Amino acid sequence: MSSREAILGRIRRSLGASGSDAPRHDAVRHHLHTTPRNVVPARGQLPPAERVALFCRKAEEVFASVVRLDRPDGIPSAVADYLRSRNLPQAIRRGDDPRLAALPWEREAQLAVSTGASAGADLVGVSHADAGVAETGTLVLTSGPDNPTTLNFLPDHHIVVVDASTVSGDYETVWADLRRRFGAGAMPRTVNLVTGPSRSADIEETLLLGAHGPRSLHILVVG
Amino acid sequence: MSGAPASATFPKNARAALANPPLLKAIAHIEETLVSGRRRAIDALPEFEALRDAGRDLKAHTLAHLDLYLEAFERKVMDAGGHVHWAADAAEANSIILDICKAAGARTVTKGKSMITEEVGLNAFLEGNGVRPVETDLGEYIIQLRGETPSHIIAPAVHVNKEQVAADFRRAHTDLDPRRNLDEPVSLLAEARGVLRERFLAADVGITGANFLVAETGSTVIVTNEGNGDLSQILPKTHIVLASIEKVVPTLEDVATIMRLLARSATGQEMSVYTTFSTGPRRPGDPDGPEAFHVVLLDNGRSAMLGTEFEDMLRCIRCGACINHCPVYRSIGGHAYGSVYPGPMGSVLTPSLYGLETSAHLANASTLCGRCESVCPMRIPLPKMLRHWREKEFERHLTPRKARLGLAAWRLLANRPRLYGLTTRLAAWGLARLAGKSGALTSLPLAGGWTKWRDLPAPEGGTFRTEWAKRGRH
Repeated sequence: MSSREAILGRIRRSLGASGSDAPRHDAVRHHLHTTPRNVVPARGQLPPAERVALFCRKAEEVFASVVRLDRPDGIPSAVADYLRSRNLPQAIRRGDDPRLAALPWEREAQLAVSTGASAGADLVGVSHADAGVAETGTLVLTSGPDNPTTLNFLPDHHIVVVDASTVSGDYETVWADLRRRFGAGAMPRTVNLVTGPSRSADIEETLLLGAHGPRSLHILVVG
Repeated sequence: MSGAPASATFPKNARAALANPPLLKAIAHIEETLVSGRRRAIDALPEFEALRDAGRDLKAHTLAHLDLYLEAFERKVMDAGGHVHWAADAAEANSIILDICKAAGARTVTKGKSMITEEVGLNAFLEGNGVRPVETDLGEYIIQLRGETPSHIIAPAVHVNKEQVAADFRRAHTDLDPRRNLDEPVSLLAEARGVLRERFLAADVGITGANFLVAETGSTVIVTNEGNGDLSQILPKTHIVLASIEKVVPTLEDVATIMRLLARSATGQEMSVYTTFSTGPRRPGDPDGPEAFHVVLLDNGRSAMLGTEFEDMLRCIRCGACINHCPVYRSIGGHAYGSVYPGPMGSVLTPSLYGLETSAHLANASTLCGRCESVCPMRIPLPKMLRHWREKEFERHLTPRKARLGLAAWRLLANRPRLYGLTTRLAAWGLARLAGKSGALTSLPLAGGWTKWRDLPAPEGGTFRTEWAKRGRH
C-alpha cells in the first residue's frame, strides 16, 4: 500500500469515516463552492476616500513611504524624485506590465529604464500592484509574463504603483477579484501580499529593516 | 529517528538553563517585544475574539474532513502542474526530498524557515548525502552556524546575544576583513544579507515549509518578514514544499481569517511583511519562478492524533504565543525541552510525535496556570492536554518511584477525612514550632526543592479546614 493510501486510511479510521460518505463529500464541495466569508473587521469598511486614507496610514505605520498622485502620467517624475531624494542613480528595472509600459518615461531624460526579471544587480525595481488592502496597508502583486516576482524581492528599493480605485477594505474583496480574473479555484503562479519593507528581529529582538528583501518600500497611490 | 528529542533529560537541562545568566538575559527580551506587541495589536482589533472563534471552528471543520480536503488540495496542485508526494514519517519525507534534489542534480539548497524540516531532521540527512542545505532566515542561519537547534519556533536564535553572533560570523565568514566592525545588530544583518545573497543566486533547489495549504486553489502559503523564503522559492529551478497534513485549509477566506490571528499572536504585527501564495511551477511566458514544484505532505504521527484527546492540538498555527506567555519557558528557554517544539505547544506535541517514553517530563514542566490557553488564537485547551499526558504517564508507570509513593500516600490521607484532619493539624503545629519566632523555615526534610531557593512560611493558626469550620459557625 502506498503512503498516500495509508495516510488517508488512517485519517478515515481515526475519524470513523469512510471515503465514500456522501454527506461529508457534500459538506466539502459546498464549502469550496460557496467560499463563505468568516469574520471581516469593520475597520476597512469605509467610503472610498477614507479607505484610501486608511491604506496610506497603515502602510506608513509599517515603514513604507507613500506619495499620492492625481494622474498616472505623473509616475515617471515621482520615481525620479524618489531616486534623487535617496541619492540613488537614475536607473530602474520594471516589468512589461501595460499599465507601466504606457507611461511617458521619456519625459525623464536622465532616467534609465530597463525591463524584465531581476538577476540581483538592480538597486531599484518598479512594479504595479493589482490591489491594495486598507485593513493593513497591504499591497497585492501577482506574477505573470509582464510581472516578474524577482522585482519584488531582489532590488534594495521597491517602488510600487497602485490605483486608488483598486484599494479595498479587506482581503476577501481581493479574493473575489482574483476569482473573477483567473477563474474560480485558479491562481497566478505567485501572489505576493506585501506589507512594508523586509525586516528581521532575529538578533536580540531588535527590529531592523532590509533583511533579505527590499530595504525600502515606496508606494505611489494614483487617483 | 533523526531529530529525536533530548526531552528525557529535561530536569538536568532545566537546571543548567537556570544557571546560565546570558541565556536568561536573552529570553527576557520576549516580554517587552513579543508579549507587549501582541497586547497592543489585539487591543486595536475589536473583532479579535470573534476571529478566534471563527479560526477554531474552521479548523475543526477542516479536521473533520481532513482526508477530503487533502485530496482536493492534491488535485489542484496537479492541475497547476505540480507534484504531490505523501510521507508517512520523517525518514520517508527525507528520502523523497533527497530523491528530488538528486534528480535536479542539486549540490546546494537554500531553505526558508521551516519547523517541519527541523522536525524531520532534514539538514543532517541532506548533508550526510552530499547535498548542502543553507538556512537563510537570519535566526536559522545563526543557529546553523552554531550547530544548534531553534530554541523558539518563531525566534529560533532568541537565546543568542549579538556578541555571540559576531563571533560566529567571524569564524564562518573568513574571506571578509577581520578588522570589520560587527558591534551592532545592523552590521550583522548587513553581513548576513550579503553572504546569503550569493547563496540564493547559486542554489539549485529551494525548500520551504508552508503556513497554509489551500484546498480551493492548490496553493502553498508562506508567511515571513525577511523575504528569504521568497528568494528561496523563486530563484532555484526547483521548489520543494514540506508541510504537515494539518496545514490544509479549505478556502482563501479561511486563510484570511487565520492570517488576521497569526501575526498579531506571534509578533504583534497586524500582518507579516510577506504572505506569498505559490501555485504550481512557472507558467508559459513567466520571466521567473521555479520550473518544478513539489509538495511533500507529511503525517509523522498526526493522523493518529485525530479522534483522540489530542486532536485539538492539530489546530495549532505555530504562532508561539503560548511559548511567549509561559512562565516555565520564560525561566529556562527552549533548549531545555529537548525537542524542536518547546513550551506548552511542544510539551503537548512532542510525546505525540516522538513517544511519551522519552518525553514524560514535559507535561510536568507546567504550573497549569492557563496563560497558554488564554492567549492561544485557536483556543487549544493546552492545560487540559498536559493533564491527559500526566494521566498517561501514571497509567504507563513512567512516573518516578518517589512521585508514585508520594501520590499513594496522598491518596491514603485524602480518602480518610479524620486521619487527614489529624495529620494536617499536627503538621501545622509542628511547622510553627520548628519555625519559632522567625515564622519561616530555611530548610525542611523532603522539601529541599523549595527551601533551596526560598524560605517556607510557617502556618499561622489552624488548618484550612479548622478555619473553614470556624467561619461556618458565624
